[in-house]
Amino acid sequence: MKYRKPLLALAAVTALAAPAAIAHRMWLLPSSTVVSGTDNWVTVDAAVSNDLFYFDHRPLGVIPAITQPDGSEGKAEHHNIGQFRATFDVHLTQQGTYRIAVVNQGVFGRYTLNGETKMIPRGTTKAQLASAIPAGATDVQTSEMLARNEIFVTQGAPTSTVFKPTGQGIELVPVTHPNDLVADEPATFQFLLDGKPASGLYVTTILGNGRYRAAPKQMEQRTDLQGKVTIKWPEAGMYWINVTPNAPQPEGEGPRPQAQGAGARPAQGAPQGMGGVPSGRRVSYTTTLEVLAP
Amino acid sequence: MQFRLTAFTTAALGAGALLPNAAAAQTMDLSIELPRIRVAEYHKPYVAVWLEKEGQAPRTLSVWYDVDKRGGEGTKWLHDLRQWWRASGRTMSFPADGVSGATRAPGVQKQRLVAGKGGMPALTPGQYTLVVEAAREVGGREVVRLPFAWNGSSATATAKGATELGAVSFTLKR
Repeated sequence: MKYRKPLLALAAVTALAAPAAIAHRMWLLPSSTVVSGTDNWVTVDAAVSNDLFYFDHRPLGVIPAITQPDGSEGKAEHHNIGQFRATFDVHLTQQGTYRIAVVNQGVFGRYTLNGETKMIPRGTTKAQLASAIPAGATDVQTSEMLARNEIFVTQGAPTSTVFKPTGQGIELVPVTHPNDLVADEPATFQFLLDGKPASGLYVTTILGNGRYRAAPKQMEQRTDLQGKVTIKWPEAGMYWINVTPNAPQPEGEGPRPQAQGAGARPAQGAPQGMGGVPSGRRVSYTTTLEVLAP
Repeated sequence: MQFRLTAFTTAALGAGALLPNAAAAQTMDLSIELPRIRVAEYHKPYVAVWLEKEGQAPRTLSVWYDVDKRGGEGTKWLHDLRQWWRASGRTMSFPADGVSGATRAPGVQKQRLVAGKGGMPALTPGQYTLVVEAAREVGGREVVRLPFAWNGSSATATAKGATELGAVSFTLKR
């Protein structure tokens, strides 16, 4: 019993730290991204699966955060979690660009106290970390996760209020507006890490509907010195974009190495758990972009 | 006195302010053929007509859609006129005075556009493109472009669509 506990705990840390990043892809798929008129609904499928955008594995059941064009908070309506997918609706009543986001944020870790290894309670936030670790704890190992998954929907003309960065994790700054994409025009986006342009981020772009294609349409790029990447769309369609500080890792090759790519935080070499700062960190950005035919 | 009056009149003509008839002298006679399409479910297409000039915001001249649907519901599908929606439509509000109109039946549809009325601007000489886009419910979408040079007196252009549009032509006169 004494042996099994720490092992279990460690396994749990690994599994919780990046539930989807290792094995499957998390995605949000809107029914429309460009709408006209003054009163519309969009519905969104939210799921975790390998093939895009087929819900055949697990639902992504987190209640999303909706930001309306005027910056106020919107509401996800008719939220439902099924076996393979979650769905919800967003009522569009304002003109401009909406953001629909699932932000997965948390601190995971363990420590040793009186010879016993303990887990930091699930749901602990970064701010609570210092108080979650009792005095006298040793061998503190923590890992912070901030996985941002967001999509955009525009009613009328595109607006930019929802792109105001929070300065946390990886965020997208439009050079090309994400709801103004056409197959014959390359699109440029800038990515920030903790509010600063992040060079060397790995950007994976995958075209959906892969089931009917022998070879996946996938592109691997890295952000330039300004944190920018320009994507040339092979055709119109729904694209899944994933941005990470580390090289995307093929499935089933064990835990990925900690952040060390350009733009990664120096937290790696920092003293572990000192002052309640998470010692390891996993950040990612995911979006689904609709590219229309010219 | 005689000279001064003439000079004043010419300036007013140029500005098109005091003499609306002078500006209205620019008249575009537009002809758009909507092909008769034999399908089980046919709906008259949404059609947008707009004018492009390099360095200037595109100007919508005409949009034919379900303008009379209750609660402005006809606007819900305006974005199906994808190129127009991106070029101009998404910044407009509807119904647009002198621009919005009902959908039209298959056949040759004529429309007269007069500068200063509705969406038709008074053109300064230069290179323009008249663009016509048609999108049909449960059908296809097609765009026809008619580039032309406006020399201040007359211009004409003709083009032909292949699926959702037939012959498209116009004559522009001052």
